[in-house]
Amino acid sequence: MKAFIRGIGIVSPQHTGNGKRLPDAPVDYANNFLTCIEPDYSQWLNPQQLRRMSRVVKMGTSSALMALADASVEKPDAVITGTGYGCLEDTGTFLTKISELNEEALNPTPFMQSTHNTIGSQVALLLQCRGYNQTFAHGAFSFEQALLDTLMLLEENPDQHILTGGIDERTQASHAIQSRFNKYRNNSPGTLSLFNTPAKGTVAGEGAAYFVLSGAPGNHAKAMINAVQTFSTAFADVAETRIREFLQHNNINPDDVDVILTGKSGDMEGDNQIEATLASVFQNSSVGVFKHLCGEYCSASSFALWLGAMMLERQEIPEIVLQKNVHRPMRTILIYNVYFRNHHALILLRSCHPTKN
Amino acid sequence: MEKLMGDLKVQIIETLNLNQLKPEDIGDDQPLFMEGLGLDSIDALELIALLQQKYNVKITDPQEGPRIFKSVRTIAESIRAHQGIN
Repeated sequence: MKAFIRGIGIVSPQHTGNGKRLPDAPVDYANNFLTCIEPDYSQWLNPQQLRRMSRVVKMGTSSALMALADASVEKPDAVITGTGYGCLEDTGTFLTKISELNEEALNPTPFMQSTHNTIGSQVALLLQCRGYNQTFAHGAFSFEQALLDTLMLLEENPDQHILTGGIDERTQASHAIQSRFNKYRNNSPGTLSLFNTPAKGTVAGEGAAYFVLSGAPGNHAKAMINAVQTFSTAFADVAETRIREFLQHNNINPDDVDVILTGKSGDMEGDNQIEATLASVFQNSSVGVFKHLCGEYCSASSFALWLGAMMLERQEIPEIVLQKNVHRPMRTILIYNVYFRNHHALILLRSCHPTKN
Repeated sequence: MEKLMGDLKVQIIETLNLNQLKPEDIGDDQPLFMEGLGLDSIDALELIALLQQKYNVKITDPQEGPRIFKSVRTIAESIRAHQGIN
């Protein structure tokens, strides 16, 4: 199975609005959460379309339209979306109104837009795309499930262009609720220092990224997705075994992985687990991190996929990402995301371009 | 009546996120739907919810909708009629 990344659109807490820049001027956040830097949506959406859209819907639809423009594709054959929590702001508004108004005279807009599939359906409505449209709401594996569905569709028909995305928003209410579970740090010295100050907990994040994926490379594919796998375990030794099996299944030695882009989150206990796997399996690979740039959220691996694809296309690892450098050309990147210690996801990315030795 | 119509214009802009408009841009007798402000059926539901939440006016007969929501003035007249003010 393989999917070529033909176009990318992303809205993130970094200056990535045009979808092409690596985070060379990273933004530091003083709180224990990162918030998306929103682009001027009027580039893609008229006021009539914008007025009913919540923030996450705007982020999602604009990143979808960015990706299509980047790939020079007018209308995709399918839209596949992964989101852990869907449209939280509207869900919160709707539930609050139910409570305040005793279930009477409820406003229709937050209700309509509170469902997980609002973003995928809004994209389809905007594009008049009547093709396959699916939203995966599988918690921390939502984006990976969307990718797996995409890979299977492309195996059936490689000539298709599929718009596949990962989106989640952080709201004040969701952050307050999740904070009760001690998921986030009480004192953050600044998100860019996340890995310099080991502590319990991480920082919350959000983002929207869509990718135009095809089974055919075209002229300007940025990278190729070779394999995706998810598994759940709380034990480092089980994770190590599953990673070795994944590599073996895809005919790759650990030493063939030039860069491992890890989902370390700054949470001491979780990161120690990842460190153990790195020390045991990937001694000869460069190591990168990304959650100090986007924060922790269910579909954070979509940010990592954008980052990995850009790194392969440019043959450059941004300084802010790098934790260990073995100084060799990049052909293979393994994204190893871990969400709160238990949810592990692997995305194998390969270069589409010849590399110099 | 003038104050009520002014309040309604502010509330309509806020409820329907018509951020590009100011209250004075909406005429008292300007049609709200179709050729006027260009509102649609979802906006109609939002206006029904607005009347119930802010003025305790419940529209039980759907046939009344077009008459009540013709303009800001007709909405204000319906509210006053409901409140027993002529």
